Amino acid sequence: MARGSTLPAPRRGLRGAIAYRGGEGMVAWAFHRISGIAVSVFLTLHVVSIFMVGANPEFYDYLHLFYASVPGKVAEVLLGAALLYHALNGTRIVVMDLWPALTAYHRLLWRIVWITFFALGLPGAFIILSRIWESAK
Amino acid sequence: MSGVPRARQPRPKGRGRELTYWLLTRYTALALFVLALAHYTVTHFVYDSNMQTAEWIKQVRWNSLAVRFVDWSMLVIVMVHSSLGMRTVIQDYSKGRMQRIILGLLYVLTAVLVALGSHVIITLPLK
Repeated sequence: MARGSTLPAPRRGLRGAIAYRGGEGMVAWAFHRISGIAVSVFLTLHVVSIFMVGANPEFYDYLHLFYASVPGKVAEVLLGAALLYHALNGTRIVVMDLWPALTAYHRLLWRIVWITFFALGLPGAFIILSRIWESAK
Repeated sequence: MSGVPRARQPRPKGRGRELTYWLLTRYTALALFVLALAHYTVTHFVYDSNMQTAEWIKQVRWNSLAVRFVDWSMLVIVMVHSSLGMRTVIQDYSKGRMQRIILGLLYVLTAVLVALGSHVIITLPLK
């Protein structure tokens, strides 16, 4: 644990569990964990479904119909968002871990993560979602 | 370790197995930054995901040994990274016998996924 931490002691119970106690680091950590678990769950389904390309192509194509649906497109964007956040924040972590001196700039790195996330993510989401109304024509 | 939020796993002391896992998570992360983001870009932006049927994967995407090798490498690297990440999550939220059981299931699931993915990449006929 961080030595010389000035964080207040955690409270018990539900309020303690959801109370905001940290700065950028806590939000970064929570999002990193949630996005990591989400991508891992998708990865499990993804490997099994790709296995079906050889084992049962009809079943793969049946699963694949979901990707073309509106909820499928929304899920595609959410997957991309989780992947992009995890990749960008993960790079921030690796930079600070392998070059600890850069930890002093963690707040700047955190802002770069979000600027990059929206600069790449918003046009990306638009391209994927626009296929919903393009295919409806 | 638990109780107070932290931004990241602190570097383990010494040179034991934990340090190897810690470094492995970071090195695979750097590889996946390129591989996984490129994979998402190719499958969702270069090609419309709607057209990628089983037949399309056979005829186009995996009709190349180089692409299959890259995809298989990505499979192995991502399974190392995700299993080490899930191991940390499981260690944070469970303990004792229950933790060992869940970790065992994680390692079995990881091995099964590597086997299924390797099987389809190796055995799908090249045109």
